[in-house]
Amino acid sequence: MRYAMAIDTRKCVGCSDCVVACQTENDVPIGFCRDWVTETVDGSYPNVVIELRSERCNHCDYSPCVRCCPTGASHIEDGGIVLVTKSKCIGCGACIQSCPYEARYSHPDGYVDKCTFCIHRVRKGEKPACVAVCPTKCMYFGDLDDENSEVSTILKNRKFKALAPEAGTQPHIYYLV
Amino acid sequence: MKEEIFVSGRNIPDIDPFLNIWHWQIPIYLYLGGVAAGILFFAGLFTLLGKEKEMPATMKWAPIIAPIILVLGLFFLFLDLKHKLYFWQLYTTMRFESPMSWGAWVLMAITPLSMVWVGSYMKEMFPWWDWKFKVLNLFESWAIKNRSNIAWVMVVLAVILGIYTGILLSAFNARPLWNNSILGPLFLVSGMSTGAAVILLVSKSHYERTLMSRIDLLLIVIELFFIFHMIMGFRAGSAVQIAAASLFVGGPFTITFWVFVVLLGLLFPALLETLELRGFKVPVIIPAILILFGGLMFRFIMVEAGQITRYLY
Repeated sequence: MRYAMAIDTRKCVGCSDCVVACQTENDVPIGFCRDWVTETVDGSYPNVVIELRSERCNHCDYSPCVRCCPTGASHIEDGGIVLVTKSKCIGCGACIQSCPYEARYSHPDGYVDKCTFCIHRVRKGEKPACVAVCPTKCMYFGDLDDENSEVSTILKNRKFKALAPEAGTQPHIYYLV
Repeated sequence: MKEEIFVSGRNIPDIDPFLNIWHWQIPIYLYLGGVAAGILFFAGLFTLLGKEKEMPATMKWAPIIAPIILVLGLFFLFLDLKHKLYFWQLYTTMRFESPMSWGAWVLMAITPLSMVWVGSYMKEMFPWWDWKFKVLNLFESWAIKNRSNIAWVMVVLAVILGIYTGILLSAFNARPLWNNSILGPLFLVSGMSTGAAVILLVSKSHYERTLMSRIDLLLIVIELFFIFHMIMGFRAGSAVQIAAASLFVGGPFTITFWVFVVLLGLLFPALLETLELRGFKVPVIIPAILILFGGLMFRFIMVEAGQITRYLY
């Protein structure tokens, strides 16, 4: 089992519905977010390329946040999902420093919080909230080990990239380009 | 032209637009840890070299400061935690992959050890001192008898503590400025140099001062070499490393770094110490204070600048 997400940057319109869905589903405090949308503009008129990316924790195989956690609060669940155990987190901030994607934040209650791939939904067989609400259906979620899963199929047929693979993290959010 | 914006609006405190999750507590703690490591290293080293008689400040007087600043450092570390009530979780596991974990354990070992060290010299320093309890007197005589064994452990732990303050930062590959293997040795040498400066401040013996001045001079030269070596390494590195080095070479930290750390914290005290060793009258307090100041500035600058550097994608 290896959960991953593929996001089609050519279908995404940057509506930020994924962000709102996540905040509602996971009770993310106001002013914080577990996922966000970036717009990258390359070139100048008339040759302009815009890329929209819905970003979040990459649930890396070689996760620096899990390595640097002094208490083991940050850990990898079955399926490669990187999670934080609230009652073990001391709020030292090491994992926030270690993440090349700035995907973690310090929750106002003290512990560190981040995207969970909506593990509570995934365990019931549902899709993560962000994927479920996407109005353009540009997000694909599933098991990379299963050759016939939605995410495996789309990655076989499309050109894709991951963010900062040079950081050595082996990220698992793929952007279809 | 390449422009990147958050369409969904993202302005998380202490993270956007620049990471600033570690404030003043961390550099001060790294500094105090380094100074304590330096003091305890020299106390242990000169005990093993059999120089107890010649170096009273290194043996007895300077080490009094070590447990005090270690406890203070631990307190600052505690202040930095955001989930404070759970701090004890640090001591329920030992995670070798995490420098913070083994650093916390080393602190837990060296802090009481430094107290035992100071305790074993209490009666020599303050003849009126009385332990009041028989157990403590027995423990004291045990510590005095085993001083060279304690010194061995203390030298090893002090080196680990000193190098850990650098490795804590260098282990983060997401922060290119920190992520270089010279940072551990650099912080170790800097810590030892500041420890030597404390001994210079405390010492009244001419022999001890001359010896520590020489050692400190050597440490400063090594530190300067490491700093140049680090910046050379960055300049010859990848895009993120070049961007990291540019903070110090033309970027916003150029003046603070080269003036306060290199010039006032290293070159100027090195010059003063050389003059003193050549026989000129230089009040020892000046180079010592400058070294202590430079070490503190260095840690503040490294922690603040390092958090700004990141991967660009």
